Amino acid sequence: MLDVRGLTKSFGALRASDGIDFDVREGETHAVIGPNGAGKTTFISQLAGNLLPDAGRIIFAGEDITELSAPKRARKGLARSFQITSIYPEFSALHNVALAVQARSGHSFRFWRPAHSEKELISPARRILEDVGLAERAQVRAANLSHGEQRQLEVAMALGTQPRLLLLDEPMAGMGAEESQRMIAFLGSLKQRHSIILVEHDMDAVFRLADRISVLVYGRLIATGTPERIKMNEEVRRAYLGEDA
Amino acid sequence: MNARLIGWITGIALLLALPPLMQAMGQLYYIDLVRRIMILAIAAVSLNLILGYGGLVSFGHAAYLGIGGYAVGILAFYGITSGWAHLAVAIGASALVALAIGAVCIRTSGIYFIMITLAFTQMLYYLAVSVAEYGGDDGLRLKIHSRFPLIDLADPVTSYYVVLVVMLLCVYLVYRIINSRFGMALRAAKSNEARARALGFSPYPYRLTAFVIAGAMCGLAGVLYANHTAYIAPGFMSWLQSGELMFMVILGGMASTAGPVLGTFALLLVEEVLKGWTEHWQVILGPLLVLSVIFFRRGLAGIFYKPDA
Amino acid sequence: MTLGLVFEQLLNGLQYGVMLFLMAAGLTLVFGIMNLVNLAHGSLFMMGAYFAIAAAQWTGNYAAGVVLGLAGALVLGMLVEVTALRPLYERDHLDQVLATFGLILFFNELVAIIWGRAALYAALPSWLRGSIPLFTGSRYPYYRVVVLAVGLIVALWLWYMVTRTRLGMLVRAGASNRAMVAALGVNIRLLYTVVFGVGAALAGLAGLMAGPVFVVQPGMGELILIQVFVVIVIGGIGSVRGALVGAVIVGVIDTMGRAFLKPMLATMLSASAAEKAGPALASMLIYLLMAAVLTFRPQGLFGSRG
Repeated sequence: MLDVRGLTKSFGALRASDGIDFDVREGETHAVIGPNGAGKTTFISQLAGNLLPDAGRIIFAGEDITELSAPKRARKGLARSFQITSIYPEFSALHNVALAVQARSGHSFRFWRPAHSEKELISPARRILEDVGLAERAQVRAANLSHGEQRQLEVAMALGTQPRLLLLDEPMAGMGAEESQRMIAFLGSLKQRHSIILVEHDMDAVFRLADRISVLVYGRLIATGTPERIKMNEEVRRAYLGEDA
Repeated sequence: MNARLIGWITGIALLLALPPLMQAMGQLYYIDLVRRIMILAIAAVSLNLILGYGGLVSFGHAAYLGIGGYAVGILAFYGITSGWAHLAVAIGASALVALAIGAVCIRTSGIYFIMITLAFTQMLYYLAVSVAEYGGDDGLRLKIHSRFPLIDLADPVTSYYVVLVVMLLCVYLVYRIINSRFGMALRAAKSNEARARALGFSPYPYRLTAFVIAGAMCGLAGVLYANHTAYIAPGFMSWLQSGELMFMVILGGMASTAGPVLGTFALLLVEEVLKGWTEHWQVILGPLLVLSVIFFRRGLAGIFYKPDA
Repeated sequence: MTLGLVFEQLLNGLQYGVMLFLMAAGLTLVFGIMNLVNLAHGSLFMMGAYFAIAAAQWTGNYAAGVVLGLAGALVLGMLVEVTALRPLYERDHLDQVLATFGLILFFNELVAIIWGRAALYAALPSWLRGSIPLFTGSRYPYYRVVVLAVGLIVALWLWYMVTRTRLGMLVRAGASNRAMVAALGVNIRLLYTVVFGVGAALAGLAGLMAGPVFVVQPGMGELILIQVFVVIVIGGIGSVRGALVGAVIVGVIDTMGRAFLKPMLATMLSASAAEKAGPALASMLIYLLMAAVLTFRPQGLFGSRG
């Protein structure tokens, strides 16, 4: 599904990404973990198309997308959710997801029909909200949703674009214990239908959801493997797992 | 939503009733005044599309008033008086110029965009000034109004109602546009550009299209303006006029349907009152505007109802 | 089109460019450091001219007029910053544009109230009149040479200030990270007021130097301001070097264009076509140049992205 080779990005003297080789198989959930400052955000930004790498290639479903802009990647089926909630607070939850559906369904050069009266936008949006568990909150203004619900909406919006690959950037950021459990259950249900790259700090979620884990430290991928292998990896333990809650 | 509807109906009723009322009171001046306000309201409505909903701070929007006006003036100068011809050229020229300017400007953002839109409008202003044939700095008198079948634009009351109808049509058109798929894409790009791009929207084509539509609508206002004043001058597109248009949009409350109309009425009526007091009314208006920006963020429409969802 | 004429126009262009630079430097610094777009910069230009004329008339001495004019612009600038501009730092650019637009209306009308709408003429003292001979054989006004020299000196001084002094370092640091500089205990408010004051003084200087050469009347600031915008866009926002390069380019091209485009066109087209197109095209030149620069380099020649 996704093949990353030799991804490199420097900011002045700082090597945020140091020759990263990374891949995601179809239907796989591949988690990326690492201490703060390891370069996870830089990595995600390059995958999503917000940053241009200095070197390396990104191949998505057989196509080289290294030079493609973020909107183009999204249209090809690479969707992301943001670590810092990035929804449309002034629109309702339903309309937020409807926007995502709209982005996927061809061009938006229609000037007359109200977008919110279009069944082909609203029905899929409603279905996604049901999947996510926000069906009752569909009409609520996104700004008035709880933090956990907003994080759910983040993921829902990514789903609205019918992605082939989901890039989830710390979906559980700032969530309480119960909300996290719900989110983990929901992400578990997504595993069957989508390939997922999951960047997370929540180790419980990572070990329950991931088929493979890659560990990023100081811009370098120091280990990749199944959760069991990673747990037993000496270097990883030293660099990261030992300090985690 | 009912409050909004009542507001609109009341407003329209008042505007409809004005001419017979003023004629009965012998105060014909106010028919001219309100007609002028409504024409500029059309320009403000068009600017609101790109500024309020699109987030494009265009400081050169008055250019299209000028293009529309000069289309009428220049065609009339050469003896072409058909109103349809005037409209076609005015709207077409405005759209083309908006396309050309927008193509360059919309690639920039922030402060660059503001400065560049201002600069291009100034360029058009100087162009109008330097072409002495069409009046140069002094402007061009319009001897005949645009000719339309059945409608005599030289008659003050007829032209008043024409302007009223056009204004309402433009308001409705913008209303449909901003609720359509196109409008949603535009508003999404303004509200959270990173999110919009992550979903798959490239802002540029939507913004450019909105810019062209806004320019064309303002060109239409220019045609009406030229017929109203029977005179076209480079001053139509001075940057002072552009700034005034921006204030009309802001004062009324951006990103609302009624906002630009309310804002235009408010600003121009305040100006009328101040003009009645002193010829140096700008020395009062200036600080008033500064204070309104500092303290009065949400605009008039925000007083009456919550923003569009 | 003799060599003498060309050289003379080139000098005029440089002199105009120098005045554009004085304005642009202040505006670009204020924008780069304080993230404030200030349309009323042109008003400071205008007030510099008016203050100088008024002070010269009052004291009967040109030099005193210059000093008082400069001081007046400086003080006015700081006053405006403290009263009207402080609430705007946290606001978006649209609000800043609108608020400073209101200031323009105010100042233009204030000047009209005090001095009337008719153009004033700034008299030159005897020691600034006269002309000097050029190598081409013709003579060039001494005053314009002085303006050119003053501009270059100020440019050098600015460069020295920004790159070599502690204040300049603070200014550059404040441009990249306001909060950090404040956290280091530097009085950001004072810094801003000082920077704005310097910008205002530069604009005032340009204004009072412009007095004898251009027309002094309400609204004079806005005419040059828009060209200053073109300079900044071409040079890149926040860059003083860009302001200098941009100002020279704009000044020279605008001046030479106005002088020579019509005769040049006349050699290629008919005389009447050149007569019509010449002035129109000349006035559009710098804007076309700006469009060209933006197409290839949207951030300007020396600007940085973001």
